[in-house]
Amino acid sequence: MYYTVDRGPEVHEPSIPDAWELVVGLEVHVELSTKTKLFCGCANHFGSEPNTNVCPTCLGLPGALPVINAAAVTSAMRLGRALNCEVKPSVMARKNYFYPDMPKDFQTSQYDQPTNENGWLDTPAGVRINIERAHIEEDTGKSTHVGGDGRISSAQYSLIDYNRAGVPLLEIVSCPDIRTAEEAKAYVAELRGIVLALDVSDAKMEEGSMRVDANVSVRPRGSDELRTRCEVKNINSLSSLGRAIAYEAKRHISLYDTGDRPIQETRHWDEEAGRTRSGRSKENEEDYRYFPEPDLTPLVPSVEELEAIDASLPELPGAQRSALAEAAGISAPDAGLIVERGHSQFALDTIAAGADGARVVVHINNNLAGGLGELTPELFAGLVQMETAGDLTSTQTKTVLAQMVESGGTAADIAAAKGFEAMDTSELDGMVDDLISSHPDEWTRFCEGDEGDAKKMAGFFTGQIMKATKGQADGKVIAQILNSRRS
Amino acid sequence: MAESESLSRDEVAHVAKLALLDLTDEEIDLFTVQLSGVIDTAREMNALDLDGVQPTHHPLGLVNVMRADELRPSIDRDEVLAQAPAVEDDRFKVPPALGEA
Repeated sequence: MYYTVDRGPEVHEPSIPDAWELVVGLEVHVELSTKTKLFCGCANHFGSEPNTNVCPTCLGLPGALPVINAAAVTSAMRLGRALNCEVKPSVMARKNYFYPDMPKDFQTSQYDQPTNENGWLDTPAGVRINIERAHIEEDTGKSTHVGGDGRISSAQYSLIDYNRAGVPLLEIVSCPDIRTAEEAKAYVAELRGIVLALDVSDAKMEEGSMRVDANVSVRPRGSDELRTRCEVKNINSLSSLGRAIAYEAKRHISLYDTGDRPIQETRHWDEEAGRTRSGRSKENEEDYRYFPEPDLTPLVPSVEELEAIDASLPELPGAQRSALAEAAGISAPDAGLIVERGHSQFALDTIAAGADGARVVVHINNNLAGGLGELTPELFAGLVQMETAGDLTSTQTKTVLAQMVESGGTAADIAAAKGFEAMDTSELDGMVDDLISSHPDEWTRFCEGDEGDAKKMAGFFTGQIMKATKGQADGKVIAQILNSRRS
Repeated sequence: MAESESLSRDEVAHVAKLALLDLTDEEIDLFTVQLSGVIDTAREMNALDLDGVQPTHHPLGLVNVMRADELRPSIDRDEVLAQAPAVEDDRFKVPPALGEA
């Protein structure tokens, strides 16, 4: 499995003033990648022609009856268990509101008896974010707003495609435990990693199969109050998430600073303008008049079923990081990138084949971002062994590695074909000594000059040797010889 | 209209608004009396001792009625869209909605 995570540009987000603390809870909707929708046999497929995956049930036609998809329920319970939730008997409920993308005029969801409750997730940095609940619900249709400037508030009319209506979702609601924008991004990235490890969704934020809404408020640091929050929607990437939270927090702070206060409302992140905007607030927005769905039965998982789910869970990213960190002798957060890219098993296998763990991690992080290609753990281990034995310099190792990814083959064969032969150290000894005698001024500056001068001269000597050896000498060995001659 | 109705006029007006019903003042008065009667009937349950009685989610006590994740044919798009008052680009054309749900 190979995937990349959108980490967004590495921009430093201006932090909020020290006197204030951010309080964020996230609602993450994950589309479950079942073959069919939650309550009917229509295809659950992104990108079909508009209104082709529809039937009386998902169009909300009178008399149509829903029957829940067993695979969606299993995926929901698996994700719940992976998030350390209690999986409980649950009841589907109607959430009543009128909106054209919701043809039944209610959304079938869960209310006071959700499938999953009281879980938690640890971010790679070790911050525990509690999860209040993770409930099953159906997705809505997709609206396209036409006219005006494309914004909802100024649209002349909307066009609706009901292919997405009734697609199974799991909505994962965190407690307001998140304290920085970075933590929010780490939580979502980790949640995505878990979803991908379970293979219950493709979790693509850009395609909307994973959607994040952020409930943002601030409070004076040291206080434990929960102030008025705003729900920020329309966040389409991890970097937008970070910026939207930072923007919204600063907006709240400036309101409080001027004696004003935010009002509880839904706001939309405007990616281009880099700000949130008030949605036209609907009156009594929270008055959904939930009631139990009479057309669906309660879901009561058996003990055996839950045990089977627990036994079938794959190794999750947190456990993968720990295992790799131990095998490679690095910290768990440092194993994060490899796990995120899905290469932890490859790294473990390479280490098991006899390669130095730290070098394996460095190469995968820095030199294998484009994928593994034809590389196998055994071939890779052979290369790392040549490097650590001093048979190849780090520059040569990188060149050989690139070739191995492209064409396969052993490190020894490729190194030989490229003419990379290990320099005899004794040969280097002689070369360094000759160079010292022919450049006495430079040598004095190296030995007696200040730090900058010594560094410059080290570069000079190393450069001369590299030139003489056509780059085949090991820079580290040259440095060792130079230092040994100085004393 | 009696003073002692179980529902207030405001509550009925609120429910009507949530249901997108545009009621006249006379209709609100009428439904305040009628809906209060419905509520009062349901309230008779409060006289019963229901401690330890589980809510009934299904009259037959069924649980876990599910279907296998198997594809079934959808219906023809032309037939679907022919039912719609307005269509554009193979989509249902609707008045602009307020805010995102």
